[in-house]
Amino acid sequence: MKISANIKRRLLQTVAFGYSNPFLPNLIKGDIYKGKFKNFCNPGMNCYSCPAASLACPIGAMQAVSGSLDFGFSFYAVGIILAIGAVCGRWICGFLCPFGFFQDIIAKIPLPKFKIPKFLTYIKYILLLVFVLILPVALTDYMGMGKPAYCEYICPVGTLEGGLTLMAANPELADATGNIFLLKISILVITLTGCLFIRRFFCKVLCPLGALYGLLNKISIFRLQIDKTLCINCGKCADVCDMDVDPVKECMSSECIRCGKCVSSCPKNALKISMDHRDGVCGPL
Amino acid sequence: MMGKFLSKIKPGYIFLIAGLTAIAFGVLRGEVSMVFHKAVNICLECIGLG
Repeated sequence: MKISANIKRRLLQTVAFGYSNPFLPNLIKGDIYKGKFKNFCNPGMNCYSCPAASLACPIGAMQAVSGSLDFGFSFYAVGIILAIGAVCGRWICGFLCPFGFFQDIIAKIPLPKFKIPKFLTYIKYILLLVFVLILPVALTDYMGMGKPAYCEYICPVGTLEGGLTLMAANPELADATGNIFLLKISILVITLTGCLFIRRFFCKVLCPLGALYGLLNKISIFRLQIDKTLCINCGKCADVCDMDVDPVKECMSSECIRCGKCVSSCPKNALKISMDHRDGVCGPL
Repeated sequence: MMGKFLSKIKPGYIFLIAGLTAIAFGVLRGEVSMVFHKAVNICLECIGLG
């Protein structure tokens, strides 16, 4: 029996979701895992304040170290993202990101799906620059310590995985909520509603990690490639793309999450995801 | 000859080496303990209470 590429992907996504969130009993206890795995960053978006989480969030780690008195910049977290992104690009988003998998599940709800205007996809780069890179360093308290601005004001992943789960188990935390929580809940509602009608809404618009991996898509070792001598321009690859990419026109798009749907849909096997950068094929450098 | 060799190196490999070097530098200057400290305590900012 041959297992389809899509089933393999779903299995890998399930495994990634599992190793990212194995401590499920903590959801009832209302506490978080405090073991050694928290020294390492998850390659995808997964809040480290989620009770079930096993690893640190790379975006949270980046802001925490950058905003600290001792360091000012996180070589460790940036290095992890750079190394993973240089090899895989946004393949991580398509296969290993727990919140990406969550969005794929939400998208299964049978509602009409829409494409997103291209300019909205630039919001994630602004969020990366302002809330992840600048504000944690520039906006400091009287002691000189910065705050993780993206986590504090934007991140719907943290609100869902950390905030709501911890508040469900610890009602005293819910009593301490204020205007910032209202803001974050509003962003979460917008995100979840967006995911119902737009595939991978969070990845397209709000994810700073996806923005970083997207920038590395263009140089990554492992990449989508098209052999234009085989392509018949049937448009099937563009039709099936969840990220609204036309692989024929831009096979190294920063939006491509390398999910492989276009590869499976191509009747001429003109598309492939590989490390083999051949001349005459879109993608070589 | 050196120029020919360098032109064959893909940018992806250069970024990979840069990333691994950055990880090593971050580990050596003790960033991991900061990440660990942040990750094992409930982050009030992350959950919307900060």
